[in-house]
Amino acid sequence: MKKDKLRRAMMFVPGNNPNMLQNSGIYGADSLIFDLEDTVSIPEKDSAPYLVAGVIKHVKFPCEVGVRINHLSTPWGRTDLETVLPSKPDFIRLPKAESAEEIKMIDEIISEVEYKCGFEPGSIELMAAIESPKGLRNAYEIATASPRMMGIAIGGEDFSTSLKTGKSLSGRELFVARSMVVFAAREADVFALDSVFSDIRDEETFTQEVIQAKEMGFDGKSCVNPKQVEIIYKIFTPSQKEIDHAHRVLEAYNEALEKKHGVISMNGKMIDAPMIIRAERVLANATAAGVYKREE
Amino acid sequence: MKNAAGREIPGSIPGYKEFTPYAGPFVTHPTVRKAGPVLKAVYPGADKVVKTLDEAIEASGLKDGMTISFHHAFRNGDYVINQVVAAIARKGIKGLTIAPSSFLDTNDELIPYFEQGVLVAAQTSGLRNKLGQFLTTNKLTKPVVIRSHGGRVRAIESGELKIDVAFLAAPTCDIYGNINGVDGPAACGSMGYAMVDARLADTVVAITDNLVEGPICPVSIPQHQVDYVLKVDCVGDPKGISTGALRITSNPRDLVIAKYAAKVIEHAGYFKEGFGMQLGAGAASVAAGKYLRDTMLREKIAASFAIGGIVGPFCDLLDEGLIGTLFDVQSFDSRTIESIKNNPRHQEYDCTFYANPWNKGPMVNRLDYVVLGATEVDVNFNVNVMTDSNGIMMGALGGHPDASAGAKCTIICAPLMRGRLPMVTDAVQTISTPGETIDVIVTDRGVAVNPLRQDLMENLKGSGLPLFSIEELKKMAYELGGTPKPVPVSDEIMGVVEYRDGSVLDLIRRPM
Repeated sequence: MKKDKLRRAMMFVPGNNPNMLQNSGIYGADSLIFDLEDTVSIPEKDSAPYLVAGVIKHVKFPCEVGVRINHLSTPWGRTDLETVLPSKPDFIRLPKAESAEEIKMIDEIISEVEYKCGFEPGSIELMAAIESPKGLRNAYEIATASPRMMGIAIGGEDFSTSLKTGKSLSGRELFVARSMVVFAAREADVFALDSVFSDIRDEETFTQEVIQAKEMGFDGKSCVNPKQVEIIYKIFTPSQKEIDHAHRVLEAYNEALEKKHGVISMNGKMIDAPMIIRAERVLANATAAGVYKREE
Repeated sequence: MKNAAGREIPGSIPGYKEFTPYAGPFVTHPTVRKAGPVLKAVYPGADKVVKTLDEAIEASGLKDGMTISFHHAFRNGDYVINQVVAAIARKGIKGLTIAPSSFLDTNDELIPYFEQGVLVAAQTSGLRNKLGQFLTTNKLTKPVVIRSHGGRVRAIESGELKIDVAFLAAPTCDIYGNINGVDGPAACGSMGYAMVDARLADTVVAITDNLVEGPICPVSIPQHQVDYVLKVDCVGDPKGISTGALRITSNPRDLVIAKYAAKVIEHAGYFKEGFGMQLGAGAASVAAGKYLRDTMLREKIAASFAIGGIVGPFCDLLDEGLIGTLFDVQSFDSRTIESIKNNPRHQEYDCTFYANPWNKGPMVNRLDYVVLGATEVDVNFNVNVMTDSNGIMMGALGGHPDASAGAKCTIICAPLMRGRLPMVTDAVQTISTPGETIDVIVTDRGVAVNPLRQDLMENLKGSGLPLFSIEELKKMAYELGGTPKPVPVSDEIMGVVEYRDGSVLDLIRRPM
């Protein structure tokens, strides 16, 4: 997992809307996902991949751009891949992933196109969304099925439906699945992304979900509106207080190393190894987010 | 010859005054005495109330070839302009010049009267819809004269535009002609534009649907300026006058632009206790106020005044103590109308006080910041708010050139692209505000500072704003939308865009 990369907010953009696609780079999302799946209706499934490919080819974006394709088992999945890959998206997101084999099939198709188009091998990454109990059971295998795999996400709406329930405001039905996705991502050393929250007017519940996602260990959250990007950043970007604390922890640690003290303490509290790892992660994230500059 | 804005201007224009080409924002100075209306006396016992519009027109002495005026504070709820012109036409009067403070969407109904020769010339701040299309493509005996709000008052006070009869829609009027805009079913708030016409027209007819015995209080237009009072059933549709409380846009792209604009204000160097500002009524400008509020609270800085057309969110800032005084020439929504009525620090003022370049100092001169919109801008920072991408008149200068000339820092908000069309171009179709009075262009993809303002450039460097040169912004736009082809136009001059000092800034030629 690339330590200097942030994927706090992955914003979905409907793959059939030229205006939204063209302007999607202005909102500061860490990643954009041009969607060919749920937001594109069946009559537009054939044209949308051409539009998406054209936009990726001709418009400069300030961030990474991925494409969510339709699943390979649908009539559109393979065409989606064949149409958009030559425009060289940064990554492909597979929905409803259930097995390592699916990932391997896509990996092969990507490899072929990379070879044909003269792209650097392995330069197009892959991520998958876990949206069913079967996918969840295979989450680690999915996450490690290809060296292209850079992350796994939980698809909350489909997952809760497959549990024979719906997505509640509290999200308690997804708690275990969310945790297991984080476990698998951590074991596989890939990014873990939380599900979208589609009621863009309900900023309060969305904020609660983002706080929960951060507390559970997710690296970021998928979202559907630029307004949500801002909220995600507020929560996922280390605050000045967190940065200051991390700084003090590392200073105390370095001072103790210099003085060869066995036990390190700060303000009477013992500093242990996990605290140091956390402090380093806070500063790494703050640096990547541009809110902190390391002293040389 | 080319004027100082680089536009080719002929030595004379048929049907238009003798003029000088635009030479710079503060180059042309007044040389005449102030013009005034004819002196009249109304003696005790006189009755100003007339019973019908016909009677009002007869009493006003309106004749062929005269100039009539109206105010546009009723916006798209106005019933007066079309009604009066229709009545004038029925009386067989012809050859009139119509010089409202602006035209609006509802004035498409005037087209037949131009066709019939009832109206033969127009002078205005703006044109929209079918009337704009009509006047860009159908030649009158004189070109349409387009003036800023400040420029219009200058023209009237300098005697260049003589108004014979002003027909003024009045939300409330008493029998002796005192008018206010805050009471009555068609309350519109400030009467800032009408106040000018009332003071300077030879004859003033107040038209109201709320006639009271009076004297009323407050008074915006005093009785000694009003000749006749007419009661009609309805002067306007409140729904068209104000659209309820104005809500801040939720359009994410406008919000990005607004956020950048607020950041420019914070860092450009004039964001200090007691600063003065004008925020336009466009979506991004209003939303900039929302972000600016957060910054003002955080930095504990309040503005001493805000001016311009006023919208509800600025009344909230007034109530919160973040603005000392609001000076209001036009009230845009119901919240503003309620505020101007009840809050003594929300002051009604007229358009000469607001923007006239030829008086002893309009409020625009005291602005630190103004945030305005634009249809398009060009690499010389010229702004077009007047013509569309087909060269058709469809906008209004409003106070744009006035506030831009006055403010220490003029910020223009526009998206880089509208659909497939670049909005930062090599040359705007029509220059409505000259680039030398524009300081910062804020788009959704980046911010450009006028190279004339190295000081601002320096101040904005550490702001975290995405700064580009204007050429870079244009290149970005052209890469997305291609290089726009110029609109082919004929030699026929359909409109003259005057700078606020009366010089000729640009010409609107008939598109082919």
